[in-house]
Amino acid sequence: MSVVTNLIPPQAPPPAPAQPYTLSRFFGSVALGIWLALAVGIFLTVVDGWDPDKFAKYGPSYLSGLGVTLLLVSLSVTLGAIVSLPIAFARMSNNKVLSWLAYGYVYFFRGTPLLTQLFLVYYGLGSFSAELKALGLWGFFRDAWNCALLTFTLNTAAYQAEILRGAIESVPRGQHEGAASLGLPKRVTFFRVILPQALIVALRPYGNEIILMIKGSAIVAIVTVFDLMGETRRAFSRTFDYQTYLWAALLYLMIVEIIRNLWAWLEARLTRHLKR
Amino acid sequence: MSGFFSAIAEAVSAFLGFIDPLCGPAGVFRWFAEGTLLACGDTGWGDEIAVGFLVTASLAVATLPVGLLIGFFIALAKQSEERSLRMAADIYTTIFRGLPELLTLFIVYYGLQILVQNLLSALGYQGAIEINAFFAGMIALGVVFSAYCSEVLLSAFKAIPRGQYEAGYALGLHHGRTMRLVILPQLVRIALPGLGNLWMALLKDTALVSVVGLSDILRQTGIAARVTKEAFLFYGIACALFLVLAFLSSLAFSAIESRVKRSEVRR
Repeated sequence: MSVVTNLIPPQAPPPAPAQPYTLSRFFGSVALGIWLALAVGIFLTVVDGWDPDKFAKYGPSYLSGLGVTLLLVSLSVTLGAIVSLPIAFARMSNNKVLSWLAYGYVYFFRGTPLLTQLFLVYYGLGSFSAELKALGLWGFFRDAWNCALLTFTLNTAAYQAEILRGAIESVPRGQHEGAASLGLPKRVTFFRVILPQALIVALRPYGNEIILMIKGSAIVAIVTVFDLMGETRRAFSRTFDYQTYLWAALLYLMIVEIIRNLWAWLEARLTRHLKR
Repeated sequence: MSGFFSAIAEAVSAFLGFIDPLCGPAGVFRWFAEGTLLACGDTGWGDEIAVGFLVTASLAVATLPVGLLIGFFIALAKQSEERSLRMAADIYTTIFRGLPELLTLFIVYYGLQILVQNLLSALGYQGAIEINAFFAGMIALGVVFSAYCSEVLLSAFKAIPRGQYEAGYALGLHHGRTMRLVILPQLVRIALPGLGNLWMALLKDTALVSVVGLSDILRQTGIAARVTKEAFLFYGIACALFLVLAFLSSLAFSAIESRVKRSEVRR
């Protein structure tokens, strides 16, 4: 019988196996290198072509453009949410005519480019100026900003109606039946049982829709609204400085990333009761 | 040799003229719009709009393979084990999903112009360079499409269980063949609805290229609207043509979907 009298002293861990230099690591280094080179190049051109006069002259107009973009998007998304309610309910109703009308509306606004819709409202309705003057609506349609707001509201209403419909229909049938068996009236069932569950489903698509609207709102620059893109185009046409576009790109990326992260936080917060 | 190419170009244009849905032998405008503003030929705007329709459709069709290919490789990079590759792919999608398409188009259009100009002046060539609007539009839209496409493909990749790869390797297929014979057919099936949505978005984004001067549907109808002062009619026609394109592609997608699903197990 043997007895252990002395223990083996603790040893250093064996060396880690050498990481083989794979093809994907090579590609990864190359791709990161390209991004780094681009970032450095852009930074150097910005530093090289830095002009305090230009910055003082166009900086404030960028900020006002940013304000116009944010105001336009927030107004149109809010108004669109209101308009989308009747459309979503018409789309879900048993009345064939109503449902087909709503479907036609949604199909038109989702099937055609936003730019075409904007032209149709701004230039197209502009050709009916005599009739619009007679109705007293010409003051509204003469302004590009109003036309953009109207078009965006109608457009986002179509998308939001689909989001809302999908979310409401995703709530399982048992929830309706459960509420009915508890004797809850239809209204209470909808507002207290169905809608809270539907809105959680709709949260992520709504966030995507806001981001899409922010990106889509850049096209109002074409119909002479000076939003962020419009100010950028004006600055570019006066200075022929490529940097103007890069500044706009930076601002747009910042807004979109802020909203994306905000939305991720919001979703995590609102669904914390569903976490296991 | 140039005679050969011009013969091909002539044949292609003759074929396109034959199947042209607006002003071809069976075209809508030829049969129903004779003598109106939309007539084909020199008296109306039908043939100009038909050219725009063709340009829009061909821009979207030309962008699709570029975007799909780049998107596929970005999706592969995103699920790679290599951190640097994943990071590079994430930067790509963050940038191109965050920028407005119009801004991307301008950045590509003017950026390419400056780039080519600088390259050529370094080589000693002095002269004005103009980038083809079709090419710039193809690159800008392709890049945006690929950024979204990589996300769709990534989630489709995640839906395919590991066992499928392992079964491929167990059969002795190497990596490329496993991908091509085992993974890709399933990937297409899963990703097709998402890709269909992206195709619709691409079709709508092509309207933006009219801003940099490509004579697509919107630009041609815009010219007609300015000349004839019938803006509502012509922009309405532009909307209708986009709706037709959307409707045709939804038909095509449901046909493709039923075709790739034919080997699926019925449940």
